[in-house]
Amino acid sequence: MFVKRNALVCLAVLLTLFAAGCKKKAPLPPPAPPPQPGVVAPPPTPAPPVVQQFTAEPSNIQRGDSSTLRWQVAGDVTNVVINSGVGTVQSAGSRQVTPANSTTYQLTATGPGGSVTGVTTVTVTSTPPPPPPPPQPTGTGIGTFEGRVNELQDAYFDYDKSDIRSDARDALTRDAAALKTILTDFPNTSIVLEGHCDERGSAEYNLGLGDRRASAAKDFLMQLGVPSDRIRTISYGKERPVCTDSTEECWQKNRRAHFAPGQ
Amino acid sequence: MNRTIGLIAAAAAAAFLVSAQVNVGTIEKDTGKPVIAIPEFRGSGDAQAWMGAFNSTLQSDIAGSGLLKIAPRTSYPTFVPQQPSDFSQPPAVVETPRSRRGDELVQRANGGGRWVTDWSGSPVNANFLAFGYTGTSAGALELRGWLYDLSKGTTNGAQVIGKVYAGTADEAGARQVAHQFAADILGAFGAQSLFGTHIYFVSDRTGHKEIWLMDPDGRNQRQLTRFGSISTQPAVSPDGTRIAFMSYYHTLPGIFVFSVDPPRDLRFYNQRASVNETPSFTPDGKQIIYASSAPNDRCCRIYLSNLDGAGFRPITSSPNFIDVEPKINPKTGSTVVFVSGRSGPQQVYMMNIDGTGIERLTPGEGEASNPSWNPDGQHIAFSWTRGFAAGNWNVFFMDVASREISQLTHSEGRNENPAWSPEGTHIVFASTRTRQSQIFTMLANGTQVQQLTTQGSNLSPVWGK
Repeated sequence: MFVKRNALVCLAVLLTLFAAGCKKKAPLPPPAPPPQPGVVAPPPTPAPPVVQQFTAEPSNIQRGDSSTLRWQVAGDVTNVVINSGVGTVQSAGSRQVTPANSTTYQLTATGPGGSVTGVTTVTVTSTPPPPPPPPQPTGTGIGTFEGRVNELQDAYFDYDKSDIRSDARDALTRDAAALKTILTDFPNTSIVLEGHCDERGSAEYNLGLGDRRASAAKDFLMQLGVPSDRIRTISYGKERPVCTDSTEECWQKNRRAHFAPGQ
Repeated sequence: MNRTIGLIAAAAAAAFLVSAQVNVGTIEKDTGKPVIAIPEFRGSGDAQAWMGAFNSTLQSDIAGSGLLKIAPRTSYPTFVPQQPSDFSQPPAVVETPRSRRGDELVQRANGGGRWVTDWSGSPVNANFLAFGYTGTSAGALELRGWLYDLSKGTTNGAQVIGKVYAGTADEAGARQVAHQFAADILGAFGAQSLFGTHIYFVSDRTGHKEIWLMDPDGRNQRQLTRFGSISTQPAVSPDGTRIAFMSYYHTLPGIFVFSVDPPRDLRFYNQRASVNETPSFTPDGKQIIYASSAPNDRCCRIYLSNLDGAGFRPITSSPNFIDVEPKINPKTGSTVVFVSGRSGPQQVYMMNIDGTGIERLTPGEGEASNPSWNPDGQHIAFSWTRGFAAGNWNVFFMDVASREISQLTHSEGRNENPAWSPEGTHIVFASTRTRQSQIFTMLANGTQVQQLTTQGSNLSPVWGK
C-alpha cells in the first residue's frame, strides 16, 4: 500500500515537472491559411506566338505558274502548320506552291501561349481554251488550209511515164481552179507537189521519174495560171507508197502526183 | 520516131539475146580447186566452250571464199593431229601382224590419221590439212594453227603456216582468231580474206531507213546514221574511210558524205536542185559523181564534183531523160557506166568521163539497172528483168568488152543492187526471196548464197575495205 501511494506521488511530481518544462518551448508557425474562394492565382504565363508575316507573292498567278508563300512566326512556338497540302513547317521560311485553283492558305502557329492563325490567298486565273471555230458557212466558206489541200485530186501516170494523160489533165484542171482560190484564201502558205512511182522500177531511177511527174504536173498548173512560186516539188520515188500490193490496181494508185500542205 | 528506133533496138537486142543465150548460166564448178581438210579443232580447258563458234567461223570463211574445196568430214580418219609432234610415220611395210585382228593391222599400217598420207590418200583426198588447237593463257585465248601441204608425202617441208594467234577469252575472241587463221590460209593461196572488210547497207529496222554496216559474215551490225528520215543509196570510198549516200534529212533528196570511223558528217554541199542522188566516189577517192536535177529541176543529169560538193559540173547534157547511178571504172578512171531512160525503159549505158561516146551496154530487153564495176574494170554486175515482168529483177554479170552476159540469180524474188567485194571474188545483193528484202552474199559465179540480215527490211548493200 505504501508503495502505491509513493508511486502516485512520483507520478504527480513528474506530471508537474513535465508541465513546467513544456511551457518553456518556442511556439510553432501557423499553418497556411486555406485558400480564399473567388480569388485566381496568377499563372506562369508565356506570350502566344505572333504571325509576323504570311504572304503569297505573287498573289495572282496563271494556272500552272507558281507563287511563293513566305512566313515568319515570332514568340514561343512549338508547331507551325500550313494547310492545303503544305504541312508542318519551320517558324520562318518560304515555299513555292502551284495551286491548280485559287487557294486560301491558313497558317496555324501553336505555342504554350496558344495558337494563332494567318491567312493568305493565291488567286489562280486560267487562259480560257480557244473558242470553237465559227461554224463554216455553207457554200462559200474557206475551210482549213490542210482540209482544202487534202481535197485536191491526185494526177495519175502511166508506167515509166511522166506525160500528163487525159484523166490527169481533167484532175489538174480542177485542181488549178481550186488552188488559185486556196492560195488567195491562205496568202502565206505553200503547196508541196509530190511525185510517186510504183514499186517496179529501180529505186534510183524512180526518184528521177517521180521528180519528172511532179515537175510535169507543176508545169501544167502554171500554164493554167497557178503561181509557180507557191508550189514546191519533191520526188519520193517509191519510198512512200499508198499501198504495197503487187497488182496493177495498187501500182496505178502509186503512180501519181499528190498535193500536200507546205510548211 | 523515138518509138520506132526503140522497137528496132529491141528487135536487135532480141537477136543478140538468142546468140548470147548459151553464155547465160553458171560459170564455174568446184572441180580443179585445191581440197583442204579442216578437222574440228578442240580447246584445252575453258577454251573448249568457244570451239563451236571457232570451227563454224573457220569453216565458213574458207568455204565462203570459194577458193578451196573442203573435204567432207565424214571421210576423215579418227585420229586428228593437233600439233606437229602428233605426226608419226607408220612402218613402211608391215609384214608381221602385231595384233590378232587383221583390220587393226591395216589401220595401223596407214597411220589412222597420224600421217600425212592418211589425209592426202583416199577417202579424204585432200591437198592441204589445217590443224591445231586452242587454250587459254594469261586470260587470253590462244590458237596454235598449222597448214600443211600434203603433196610432200611427209612432214618435212610440209608446213605452210605455223603460227600462234591471240584473242580475247570469249566467243568473240574465238571467232576473231578463226577469222585471222582463215585469212592466213586464204592468203597462202593468193587470196585476200573478206575478214576486215565491211558491208554498208540500208535498214529500216529502227522505223526509218538508215545507213548501217556489218562484217561480211553478217556479224556486228551497227547503225551509222541517225537521221530519222529516209537515208539510202550508200557508196563507199576506195580506201573504205568514207561513205556517200542520199538522204531526205534536209527535206529534198540530197547527198551526204560521212567519215566512217567515227561517223561524222563531212558536209557535202548540194547544188540547189529538187533531186541530188546516187553518189559514188571516183577511183582516187577525191571526187563524187552523182545525178542531179539541176539546173532546171528535171531529174537527172550526171555531175562530177569535189568531195565537198563544190566545183560541180555536168557530164551528160540532155534534159529530156533520166540519167542516174553513175559508176566510174575503178581501173581506168576514164569510163562511166550509168542507168538511163534515154531510149525507153531504163538500161545500162557506158560513156567516157567527159560525157562523150555514150553507148548502151544492155540489150534493151526489159529494164536494167544497178551497174557495179568489178575491181578488175572489165566486168560489171547489174540488175535486169530479162525474161520476167517489170519489177522482177535478177542479178547478172557482163564482160564489158564482149558484152557476154551470165545470169547469177534465178527469180527468187527481186534480186537487186549487186556490189562487189573489194577483191572482186564475191557479190553482195538485196533479195526479197525471204519476202522482206534482205542482204545476201554469193560467189562471183552465183554459188554459195548466204543470208546476212534478218531484222527489218534491208537493201542497197555496198562492200568496202
